[in-house]
Amino acid sequence: MTQQLQIREALNQAMCEEMERDQNVFLMGEEVAQYNGAYKVTQGMLKKFGSKRVIDTPISEAGFTGIGIGAAMTGLRPIVEIMTWNFAILAFDQIFNNAAKLRYMSGGQFKCPIVVRAPNGPAHMLGSQHSQALESMLVHVPGLKVVTCSTAYDAKGLLKSAIRDDNPVMFLESELMYSVKGDVPNDDYTIPLGVGDIKREGRDITIVAWTKMIPLSLKAAEQLSLDGIECEVIDPRTLRPLDEDLIFDSVKKTNHLLIVEDSWPFASVGSEIAKRVSTNIFDYLDAPIVNINAADVPMPYAENLENEAIPSVEKIIEEVKNILNR
Amino acid sequence: MESQTLKNKQSELEQSKNKFLDLSNDQLIEMYKKMLLIRRFEERCAQEYGKGKIAGFCHLYIGQEAVAVGTIQALNKEDYIYASYRDHGQALARGLDPKKIMAELFGKFTGTTKGVGGSMHLIDADKNFMGGYGIVGGHIPLAAGAAFTAKYKTTGGVAVCYFGEAAINQGIFFETLNMAQIWKLPVIFIIENNRYGMGTSIKRVFAGEKLYDTANYLDMNRNSFNGMDVLDSYNVMKSAVELARKKSLPTLLEAQTYRFRGHSMSDPATYRTKEEVELEKGNDPISIFLNQLLENKVTTQNNLDEIEIEIKKIVADSVEFAENSEQPPIEFLTENVYTD
Ligand SMILES: Cc1ncc(C[n+]2csc(CCOP(=O)(O)OP(=O)(O)O)c2C)c(N)n1
Ligand SMILES: [Mg+2]
Repeated sequence: MTQQLQIREALNQAMCEEMERDQNVFLMGEEVAQYNGAYKVTQGMLKKFGSKRVIDTPISEAGFTGIGIGAAMTGLRPIVEIMTWNFAILAFDQIFNNAAKLRYMSGGQFKCPIVVRAPNGPAHMLGSQHSQALESMLVHVPGLKVVTCSTAYDAKGLLKSAIRDDNPVMFLESELMYSVKGDVPNDDYTIPLGVGDIKREGRDITIVAWTKMIPLSLKAAEQLSLDGIECEVIDPRTLRPLDEDLIFDSVKKTNHLLIVEDSWPFASVGSEIAKRVSTNIFDYLDAPIVNINAADVPMPYAENLENEAIPSVEKIIEEVKNILNR
Repeated sequence: MESQTLKNKQSELEQSKNKFLDLSNDQLIEMYKKMLLIRRFEERCAQEYGKGKIAGFCHLYIGQEAVAVGTIQALNKEDYIYASYRDHGQALARGLDPKKIMAELFGKFTGTTKGVGGSMHLIDADKNFMGGYGIVGGHIPLAAGAAFTAKYKTTGGVAVCYFGEAAINQGIFFETLNMAQIWKLPVIFIIENNRYGMGTSIKRVFAGEKLYDTANYLDMNRNSFNGMDVLDSYNVMKSAVELARKKSLPTLLEAQTYRFRGHSMSDPATYRTKEEVELEKGNDPISIFLNQLLENKVTTQNNLDEIEIEIKKIVADSVEFAENSEQPPIEFLTENVYTD
């Protein structure tokens, strides 16, 4: 039995089920309780769990994230929702200097089972300070796990695993994908962190993408298939730890690799993937690896400039054809 | 110390109210025009947003006009202004060209930042309008930095920073106030207390009672004013500006105000009761000022009718200008990441 859920509903179910399962799980963030979430991901949760466990915070990202970390190191399992990752930058000190290091710094005495959730990446015409894809900053830090989701099924299964994980997990969602629907099983399931997923099988080229870049890549793959080009679209889902074997196996089969991400190119997750592929399975490559990124600029507001700055179906099709010399 | 209590200020204000302080009739009319311009401009923004001409986050200033107009009236050209993302009001009050603002909102090359900034980042360096900023509280230290420059270079200028009441819960607010006070920076922090940060009443997220009392602990000059009364805004701001300009001292001001619309265009604002909103709309800053002007015969109804027509035309022209302007050229995407 399955149900059709929006990604926001899948996330909501994941949190509700885990809060029912474990009394130590609680949720806090701006507008999560009385307003039911800035993007309605936490709809109904205050009503269900009460104000002890679903908590509206002041606009104090560094403070409440730090309070979450303190609660996590003393036995609770907080889910901290931040309105977007742009604002989580204020909490990066807490996340980088405390959450990521408590385990190591204490010689293994502490654990820090916190989930920090927020939408990531550009939405539509929100300008420079509200349109940043920050996953490469997060994956840089040892001690953090970094998880993304591109379907309702993945969102629910991954968030449940993230909440049960004893490490700090950074969970990246997308404003523009909250309403995207997908099949979700009725029964209790989880998706292990660190395991990727093949979203479409193909023999000619591997496309690695995540979050919003998945629907884009699938659309491109569909159109390319009309020209006889079969793309294998891989979603690593967890960016750290990275399921590199899944990517290696695919590239060994297709001998071509395109990586699509809407973050900046310099030291991106995509450049790490390219490095690992060329270090480990260079001989399998028939062409140079190509990365599609957001333009290497702060995001502009104007619609035509923003469209130019972010990856598109057309750009993916063009690059695939270039790589394959078609 | 320099601290003034609200009570003193209010009785002082009562006495001077009828005299309209030191403002000439022309200045009063100009202030009225600016308030009306902001109101009509914002109403039009809402319409254009509905038509899809304006996109992204767009935060209207309707209801808060008296704060920007009254306080900016007390400033000079060399003074710096920093605003939050809710920046249309301050920009218009500072005299930025409505055409350029509307073009910016339309994402056009003729806009205040050539279309790259949008509603939340209106900027005009020539007017020392240092910008609207999107991260809550993030611009507070920038204003103190501008005050630092003014003091360092002895320009006589002061810096002003506008932010919502919810921003005082960011640590940077305290950090900045403290440094402004220990270094005696000529900066004025203005809390625009419209009582809600998005859907959250300040009462639920701030433990103290009076927001401006946050300055007590630092022994910083502080005051509060009726942000629905443009003359009160002007008067209280004027003493703060004097203190900054003459003695290089910072001040924390709290404007009591209210936003008549939702937080942004995408907020239905169901967290406030209809009764509350209607009650507050009874304190419309434009009607209050209009009545003050008429009662004191500063102007006539005829004159006001003409002003309404004049303002309508300015707004209509701004939309026409924005419509007829071009989008930025694609090459502009990669310009200005660095200074050459
Ligand atoms: C650091 C940060 N956190 C959250 C947000 C999202 N956000 C934008 S405005 C806002 C409410 C701010 O309220 P207030 O400071 O009272 O200003 P007002 O909107 O009422 O003018 C929030 C939570 C943000 N822009 N920046
Ligand atoms: Mg507010």
